[in-house]
Amino acid sequence: MANALPLILTVFVACAVEAIEALTIVLAAGLTRQWRSTFQGMAAALVVLAAVLGVLGPTITLLPLGTLRLVVGALLAIFGLQWLRKAILRASGHKALHDEASAYLREVAAAKAAPEVPKGRVSDWYAFTLAFKGVLLEGLEVVFIVITFGDNQRNLGAAVIGAAAAVVVVTVTGIAVRAPLAKVPENAMKFAVGIMLTSFGSFWGAEGAGVTWPGGDGALLVIVPVVAVVSLAYVAWIRRYRPAASLGQQARAPEGVTG
Amino acid sequence: MLRALKSFGAFWHDFVIGDDWHVAAIVVVALGLTALLVHAAHVSAWWLVPLAAFAALAWSLFRATSSSS
Repeated sequence: MANALPLILTVFVACAVEAIEALTIVLAAGLTRQWRSTFQGMAAALVVLAAVLGVLGPTITLLPLGTLRLVVGALLAIFGLQWLRKAILRASGHKALHDEASAYLREVAAAKAAPEVPKGRVSDWYAFTLAFKGVLLEGLEVVFIVITFGDNQRNLGAAVIGAAAAVVVVTVTGIAVRAPLAKVPENAMKFAVGIMLTSFGSFWGAEGAGVTWPGGDGALLVIVPVVAVVSLAYVAWIRRYRPAASLGQQARAPEGVTG
Repeated sequence: MLRALKSFGAFWHDFVIGDDWHVAAIVVVALGLTALLVHAAHVSAWWLVPLAAFAALAWSLFRATSSSS
C-alpha cells in the first residue's frame, strides 16, 4: 500500500481537477433547470464510463509490459505536455486563468435561455444532455488517467481508489456548499498535474523504448523536480522576455478538452 | 456515419494531440530515436526523451507567445 501512495495521490489530484469541472456543469444544470433530468444524465454518463473502464482497463494489461509502457508513456507524455503548455501560458499571462465561477455563470446563462423539451423518460432534455456531456467528457480524462497510471504500475485498483476518492471528496464538498468550487487553487493543481503526467509519461515511454533508468524507479524522484524547475523557468522566461500585451483573442478562446 | 466518425476522430485528436501537433510529433520521434540508440547502438539514451520534451515545450511556447505578445 505504501508503494501505491504516490500513484494514488497523483491520480487523486489529476481526477479532482476533472471532477471540479464536471461539478460546475452539473450544478449549473441542476440548480437552474431540474435535478431529476440532471441526475439521469449523470447516471447515463457514469454507466458509459464504467463500461469503458471495465473493458479497457483489464484488456490493456494483456499487452506485454514493454509495449504497454511505450504506447501509454508516449500518450501520457503528449497529454501531459499539453497540460503543461496551457498551465505555463496561464501562469505567464498569455492565457486567461481557468475560473470556475465565470464558467458556472456562462453555463447558467445558457441553461436559462434553453427551452424545456421532454424526450422519452427525460422531462428536460437540455439538463440531461448538459449533465451527460459534462460528466462524460471530464470523466473520459479520469478514465484515461486511471487506465494509464493503473495499468503501467500493474495496480489498477490503487488508481481506481485515487480517482474514486477524488470524485467523492469533490461531490461531497459540492453538495455541502451548493456552488462551484471556485476557491480551489485549480490553476496550480493543473500545473502540478501537467508536471506529473509529463514526468511519468517520459519515464515510462523511455522504459518502453528499452532504456534502463539510472536508479530505476528512483529516477522519478529526480525527473519530477527537474520538470517542475524547467517549467517554472519557462514561466519566468516568458514573463521577462515575451510578456503578454493583454489577454487578447487567444486568452479568451474557449478551452479545449484537456487542461 | 461519416460525420460521426469524423467527430469521433476530432474528439480524440483534441483529447490527445491538442493545440500543437508538433509536440506530439517530437515526442514520438524522440521515442523512436531512443529505441534505435538503445537497440542498434547499445547507448543508454535515458536523457533523450526528457530533453526532447523540454525542447518541444519551449518550441511550442515560443510559437504560442509569438502570436500573442
